[in-house]
Amino acid sequence: MKTAIKASNLSKHFGNIVAVDNINFSVHRGECFGLLGPNGAGKSSTIRMITCSSPLTSGQLMVHGLNVNNEQRSIKSHIGIVPQNDNLDPDLPVKQNLEVYARYYGLNKQLIRRRVEEQLEIFELSDRANSPIHSLSGGMRRRLLIARALLHNPSILILDEPTVGLDPQARHIVWRQLRQLTKNGVTQVLTTHYMDEAEQLCDRIIVINHGKILAEAKPQELIQQYVGNNVLEIPNFSNDIELLKRSLDFTIEYEIFGDKTNIYASDDNLSIISAKIETSSKGNLRKANLEDVFLRLTGRRLVE
Amino acid sequence: MNLILSRPNISISSLYVWQRHRDVFFKIWKTESLGIGLEPWIVILAMGFGLGQFVTLDSGEKYVQFLAPGLMAMFPMFAAIFECGWGAFMRISMHGTYEAILNTPASIEDITTGDILWGTTRATLNATYILIVLLILNHWTDAVNSPYAIGIVFVAILQGFLFSSIAIAFAALARAMSHFGYLFNIIVMPMFWLSGGFFPINELPEWAQNIAWFLPLIHSVELNRALLNGNLTLNMIGDFFWLAIVAIVFYAIALVLMRRRLIV
Repeated sequence: MKTAIKASNLSKHFGNIVAVDNINFSVHRGECFGLLGPNGAGKSSTIRMITCSSPLTSGQLMVHGLNVNNEQRSIKSHIGIVPQNDNLDPDLPVKQNLEVYARYYGLNKQLIRRRVEEQLEIFELSDRANSPIHSLSGGMRRRLLIARALLHNPSILILDEPTVGLDPQARHIVWRQLRQLTKNGVTQVLTTHYMDEAEQLCDRIIVINHGKILAEAKPQELIQQYVGNNVLEIPNFSNDIELLKRSLDFTIEYEIFGDKTNIYASDDNLSIISAKIETSSKGNLRKANLEDVFLRLTGRRLVE
Repeated sequence: MNLILSRPNISISSLYVWQRHRDVFFKIWKTESLGIGLEPWIVILAMGFGLGQFVTLDSGEKYVQFLAPGLMAMFPMFAAIFECGWGAFMRISMHGTYEAILNTPASIEDITTGDILWGTTRATLNATYILIVLLILNHWTDAVNSPYAIGIVFVAILQGFLFSSIAIAFAALARAMSHFGYLFNIIVMPMFWLSGGFFPINELPEWAQNIAWFLPLIHSVELNRALLNGNLTLNMIGDFFWLAIVAIVFYAIALVLMRRRLIV
């Protein structure tokens, strides 16, 4: 089986609100698959359908070759879930959080003990085994949540904004551990608002907004396709952009975000523009990244 | 969405949920037990021996003898209501505990059932403990007069299941902690005062007696009274069936409301 998750014409409505609008995608076995989009785009609704906690409105969704409509117990035993909000059990200390959670999967005592020790070791929490949950730092709680999701050796790991609220050090620790999981062949589906995170971790990405898929590709392909190699970023330029456009003998694409104007064009054309505006305004020519793609695809101020 | 007709999806996972609550209890039992441990002693001392001095019953019983079966019904009721009311509400709405458990193979019905079984366990432990206290004090109270008194444990299981189901149904409806005022003031407290635990129910006006008959707590008090005195009657069958019917109905309601609460 090469497909870990397959969504066909998947929709989710809440009353009149369409959260997920007839989308199709597949997650391949062993890849890290990114689900990107602004708040309210439909990411979490999609995730909740995959994790069997929200029934589909229409369409079909297969996880690990099983239908989410009627094989929920089985699916849930094959997937691990790292939720967006911390739902560790506040009534139990670190190690017991894991032990009690592993029991829900029906693992036997020896196996539970072994898996818990392993996970505490891998996620560098062994010395906090008996600490109460409230004494842990944000980074530790995240690691514990990921450790908890892996106790039963799931073949698919679902991560809903795995590093939200973490400092850079803590994020790098989590990234390292997620990359290790990819090496071990664990399929990962992750949602994130951090484009550097998606660029670092994901093999393939879909960008969704208003419940629809806007783009699907590898991170580098997305950047090439929607932005190009470089971006010229100019502060306080929104009043001069029309003037610039008229002075050029080629067309450009640009977007204005707050007090910043981003100009997208081929490298040659960008150097022509830089030369032109150098006297008036300080532009910054930089490498295009996934954030540019995200803003171009989902930005409300999309202008051509 | 078909909430009512879908077949309840219950498995061994409800036992794992029960085990989670047991493990938490073993962590906090020292603080929990202090109140529960002292309570019956204080109540028996204050009401049985203190207030009891001023009470003369038609039956010629000591007041503490009259009070004992009620204690073994009322305090277990509180145990179940607290565990599956406030406790479950925090696990649903504040700590995300249920959301986390739902990500495992456990179903909503497993969680609900595990919670109710745990509430039942707490109620049963509570009733058993009061029975032991009464046995210790039996020289002064003469409250336990029959080996059938052991049957109180089974009454506690039945009513524990019942009140746990009511409480968890309510926890599924509540949107704020303050909503528990409704449960407490409209259901629990009237039942506590009017269950025939403090005074014979036939002292009430006829219409009030007729209404009171439907309160489940009255029937556990009556069963306990019969068992403590070894005075078994056919009425007990009616008491038992009414408790069983109410328990089953509220268990079904609890399952439906929890599905409604947790499925988005």
